[in-house]
Amino acid sequence: MKKAFPIFALLTLVLLSYALYEALVAAPTEQTMGEVQRIFYYHVPSAWTAFLLFLVNFVASIVYLLNRSDKADILALVTAEVGVVFCTVVLVTGPIWARPVWGIWWTWDLRLTLTLVLWLIYVSYLVLRRFSSGSQTPLMAAVLAVFGALDVPLVYFSIWYFRTQHPSPVIGRGGSLDPRMTRVLLINWAAFLCLALLVCWSRYRLERLKREVEETQALEALLEPKGVR
Amino acid sequence: MKDSKAAHQGAPFVAVENLTKQFGRFAALRGVSATFDGGRLHAILGDNGAGKTTLLRTLAGLIQPTRGTVTVLGSTDIRAVCDQLGYMAHPSLLYDEMSGMENLRYFARLYGIQDDERCAKAISAVKLDPELTRPVGQYSQGMRQRMSLARALIHDPKILLLDEPFSNVDIGSAREMVRLLESMRAAGKTIFVVTHQASLLDGAADEFVWMQAGQIVGRTRQLQPVEVR
Amino acid sequence: MSSLPAISTATLTKDLRLEWRSKDAINSMLFFALLVVVIFSFSFNPTAEESRQIAGGLVWVAFLFAAVVALNQTWARELRNQVLDAYRVSPAPANALFVAKAVGNFVFVSILEALMTPLFIVFYTLRALGPAWQLIPVAMLGTWALVVNGTFFAAMSIRTRSREIMLPLLLFPISIPALLSMVEGTSAILTGEASAKFWIVLLAVYDLVFTSVSLLLFESVLNAE
Repeated sequence: MKKAFPIFALLTLVLLSYALYEALVAAPTEQTMGEVQRIFYYHVPSAWTAFLLFLVNFVASIVYLLNRSDKADILALVTAEVGVVFCTVVLVTGPIWARPVWGIWWTWDLRLTLTLVLWLIYVSYLVLRRFSSGSQTPLMAAVLAVFGALDVPLVYFSIWYFRTQHPSPVIGRGGSLDPRMTRVLLINWAAFLCLALLVCWSRYRLERLKREVEETQALEALLEPKGVR
Repeated sequence: MKDSKAAHQGAPFVAVENLTKQFGRFAALRGVSATFDGGRLHAILGDNGAGKTTLLRTLAGLIQPTRGTVTVLGSTDIRAVCDQLGYMAHPSLLYDEMSGMENLRYFARLYGIQDDERCAKAISAVKLDPELTRPVGQYSQGMRQRMSLARALIHDPKILLLDEPFSNVDIGSAREMVRLLESMRAAGKTIFVVTHQASLLDGAADEFVWMQAGQIVGRTRQLQPVEVR
Repeated sequence: MSSLPAISTATLTKDLRLEWRSKDAINSMLFFALLVVVIFSFSFNPTAEESRQIAGGLVWVAFLFAAVVALNQTWARELRNQVLDAYRVSPAPANALFVAKAVGNFVFVSILEALMTPLFIVFYTLRALGPAWQLIPVAMLGTWALVVNGTFFAAMSIRTRSREIMLPLLLFPISIPALLSMVEGTSAILTGEASAKFWIVLLAVYDLVFTSVSLLLFESVLNAE
């Protein structure tokens, strides 16, 4: 187990470098958008990774509510943290891509708006974790995660209908991708997933150690003679 | 009362086993194990932070232990026997803006009691006037403590859990409170009193339980011996 | 022994009586909403046609902010003297408390809306071009959407540090679909350009989902320690 982590870290590094080469050099240049389209290989895999992490957060939160397992709580915490990071990447790369291509930084497009709302929900989740005290944090967080996850379909439908009423400039992301592009996209997604897993893994280990230390400290603090109080 | 004691013969009246409670970085209880007999007045003594209040709140079902079990009247699920528990905290647990009778009428409803007579009787039992229309916020501390005791007694529980019932009251009111407790014990109730004014219970309590650093460090029939620790 | 409706009614009666005596929540909420209306009137000075377009947004944002003021008061009374503990040690079901608090907040916010709506109509010379009766389901479902989650999150935020700030941080992101439905539904009715039916249905679904999940999870939040 101790060796597995550095080996996996090395593999991730190799895969990421390969994915970088594929995205920047090997993939064909898009005809109308040009080189800037290559940001697509970061934007889309980040989004998929973030959504997957939020899904894991939802499942882990439900598991926590059912059996109050400390492990499920830590898993929910780390997937929310890493998910917010990937979600931020989506929200930053989106405008960078949109500006040269559509001439606008931001559009209230369905997917972009949904990502923004998700980001808001999970940032509020992390804020709650930070501000609630002690032993009740896991429960509060798990409850909020359930609320947040149930909100997602409602957000989706509300924005979808909102868009049909207020049409924005049609943004063609449809059409079929060049098979070479699909390949590069999938390689990049695999690399991003490995990176997410790696970060979650190390964060998970760190959090477990932190809690063990805290528990030991709590017991020791009680044994110390009371000086100032 | 005697019948109920017989029903629980064999199983201890109140028992805790290996009770541990951790609040974040602070452990309030560290593996407390003890059994308590019915029909007695148990005084729980110790310094601030010794875990007295946490133990009492765990018995009341207000705190879920981190580890260990609590058994009350043969049940490990305190929710199931909560109508046999009367809890009085350091704060009054009363609405300051309502009169004593209005307060009791509301809390009686929570126990499914619709009978105003019983509320009036509970108030008279603690030597207060049920006709008093003044809001509880304008009571003296001694009166408020007694009203608080009336609230804990409204459903005629077998077990009374009292947290600092003598604090911030003048010596006369405190003595009055002790007399009330003695008469209730004589009526067959089991009483737990957390206090740092042990001398008030000298002669009244059947047992003194000394706590220190989240553990029970001694149990005596008399007040004197363990004072020097 | 102790039934949910009976205890809810007793708690609601108690809360209304206490509110009647102190008038804490309703006064601060009313004054706050009045301030918002006046400030909005200064900031936006539209013609009648334009105001129809933006009124839905203005009205609901004003109500949302005012509702937060009331929601923050919901549990304040139960924390004073730790009265909540007296409820928690009793056999009364946790959901009875939640229902009473949510209905109480619904009453407060509805009173606020009934009093503030005429002001909006006067300041913005509003007149609905669509079917005005549909404003009633939009308002009722929308208000319930705000108070059911607001009551729940207020119960969570009292357990945190800086509790007053915490409530909007939790409530607003989750409320986005409800808020969008209220605003768009109201605008659709006022302008008469589109149907508000979709938004009413969405609000009903939102209410159903979050009322159920609140009732499912409230007990664990109440007993968290």
